[in-house]
Amino acid sequence: MTLKLGVPSKGRLMEKTFSWFEKRGVTLTRTGSDREYAGAVDGVQGVALVLLSAGEVPRELAAGRIHLGVTGTDLVHEKLPLWNSQVQEIAPLGFGHADLILAVPQFWVDVDTLDDLDAAASAFRAHHGFRLRIATKYHRLVREFLREAGVADYALVDSQGATEGTVKNETAEMIADITSTGETLRANHLKLLADGLILKSQATLWRSRVAPYPEEDQKALSILLEKIGAS
Amino acid sequence: MPTRADILARAAALRDRFERAGAVPVETPVLQPAETLLDLYGEDIRARAYLTSDALRGEQVLRPDFTVPVVQMHMAQGAEPARYTYSGEVFRRQEHDPDRANEYIQVGYEVFDRTDPAGADAEVFALFAEVLAPLNLRAATGDIGILMAAVRGLSTTEARRAALMRHIWRPRRFRALLDRFSGKTPPPPSRTALLAAAEPFAGTSPEIGMRSRDEVEQRIAALRADAEAPALDGQELSALAALLKVRETAPYALEQLRDIAVDLPSITPALDRLQARIDALAAHGIDVEQLDFEANYGRTSMEYYDGFVFGFYAERMPNQPPVATGGRYDALTRHLGRNAEIPAVGGVLRPGLMLELEAMA
Repeated sequence: MTLKLGVPSKGRLMEKTFSWFEKRGVTLTRTGSDREYAGAVDGVQGVALVLLSAGEVPRELAAGRIHLGVTGTDLVHEKLPLWNSQVQEIAPLGFGHADLILAVPQFWVDVDTLDDLDAAASAFRAHHGFRLRIATKYHRLVREFLREAGVADYALVDSQGATEGTVKNETAEMIADITSTGETLRANHLKLLADGLILKSQATLWRSRVAPYPEEDQKALSILLEKIGAS
Repeated sequence: MPTRADILARAAALRDRFERAGAVPVETPVLQPAETLLDLYGEDIRARAYLTSDALRGEQVLRPDFTVPVVQMHMAQGAEPARYTYSGEVFRRQEHDPDRANEYIQVGYEVFDRTDPAGADAEVFALFAEVLAPLNLRAATGDIGILMAAVRGLSTTEARRAALMRHIWRPRRFRALLDRFSGKTPPPPSRTALLAAAEPFAGTSPEIGMRSRDEVEQRIAALRADAEAPALDGQELSALAALLKVRETAPYALEQLRDIAVDLPSITPALDRLQARIDALAAHGIDVEQLDFEANYGRTSMEYYDGFVFGFYAERMPNQPPVATGGRYDALTRHLGRNAEIPAVGGVLRPGLMLELEAMA
C-alpha cells in the first residue's frame, strides 16, 4: 500500500503547493510529459502523488480514495456537509487566500447589511413578481448562511464563471462569489455587504478520516507529518 | 428495525381507521412541480427536499409531503365538507444528520370543513390520540393564530406589522425586528448616514441590474418613514414577551392568555377560538386538564400552519422527529387557491416510528 497525497494538477495552486512541501524537505514532481497527470514524491518513503482538480479533492478525501489532499476551505465546506467528521485539517498553507462574500450593485445605497438585503428582497419580490436572484456556484454555503441570517425571498441561480458580470447582464440582481482583492468587484460596479462575509478560505492540507490506514501507511503518514511540522 | 412489509401493513391499517372516520383515500404523484414549493418556502426547500429537472417540465421535486398536492386536488375538484386519507413515501433531504431517514412512509388525514373549525381541530387531534394511545406519547399543542393576532394588533405602522408577520416562522429574525422597532437595537450607522445624506447617490457608480434606482429611492423613503415612527409600545411589548412564554396545561394557558389580552385585546377572538377548541377536545374525550399548550410551539418547523398545531413525541427516542404532527393551514389554502380560502386542518403519522417504538416496549 502507499499513502496517497492529492494535489491540484494545474497552475499556481500546484506550483505553490510544490514549493510549500519543498521548503519542508519533501519534493513533489510531475513525471512523464507535460500533459500526463503523473507525479512522484521524494523525501518520504511510501507516499504517492495523485494529481487531480482542486474541486475533486474533497470528494476523493470523503471517499477515502486519497489519504491527504490539498484544496481550499471553501470547496471542502461547500461539498462536504459533514466535513468535520469526514476530514481533518492538518495545516493551512498560507496561500490561495480568498473570501466568499455577498456583493450588491454599488448604487444600492440603501443596502449595507443583511437586514437591508432581506427588506430589499421582500420589496423586490412584491414589485417584480419573482425572488431576488443571487448568482453563485457555492449554493449550499450561501443558502445556509442566509438561512442563519434569516434572509428570505431570494433565489440562487447557478453561475460557474464570470459571476461578477451577471448583474449587468440582468441574469441576477447580486452575487455570492470568491474574491481576493475586491478589484473585480469594483470594476463591475459591485460592493461588499458589511456583514456579508460567508467564509474565509485558503489552500489547506487535509487528512481523510475515512481512508484505511494499514500499518505501513500509518508509518509513512507520521514521517510525513513530522517533516512538514504537523505531527 | 421493522420491515417495509410491516410498515406498509401498519400504514394500511391506519388508513382503514381514517376511512372509517369518513375519509376518502387519495393518491398523489411522487414527482411534483417544484414551483409551488419554491414559491412557498424559497430556497430553503432545496436543503430539505430532493429537486431534479428535465428540459421539458423544468424543476420537479420528490414530494416532501402530501399536504400541498392534496389541497390542490381538493381545490380543483372537491366538494365540501371533505375528509381525505393517504399513505405513501415522502422524501426529505438530510444534510446534517446521517441518522435521519431521507425516505419514509407517511399516513395522513385532512379535513376541509368551514362550518365548525374547533370541532374539526378536535376531531383530527382526537383521532390521532386514539391511534397513538398504546404508545404513551407526549402530546404538545399550540396555536400560531394567537401570535399572528397579537402582531396584527400592535399599535405601530402597517409596514412594521407586515415585516413581523413575514418572519413569524423565523423566531430569531422576528426577535431582531422587535428589538429594532422598540429601539433596543439602535439603527446601524450606515443607515443613519444614509438618511442624513443630502445626495444619497453622490459618488456611486452607474445603475446596473434589474433593481432600479426608483426601487432604491422607494426603500429610502420607507426607511425615512420608519425612522420617524415611534418605538413600539412598552406595554404591548412586554405583553408579547409574556405571550411567547406561556407554557401550561391548556386551561391554565388560556387563563394566562386572557390576562395578557388586557394589554393585547386583538388576541381575544383567537382566544375565543382556543376556548372553543378546548371544549371540543373535551367533548371528544381528551383530558384537557393534562394537555400541554405552548404559545411558541410550531414556529421553527417550515410548515405552513397558522392556527392550531400539535405534535406527538416519544420521550424514549429524544433524537427522533415527532411520531405525528399536524395543524390548521387556512393560509396555505388561501395562497394555493388565489384567495379562495377553504379552512383546513390535518396531520400525518409515521408508521415506521410507531413500529420501532412498539418493538422497544
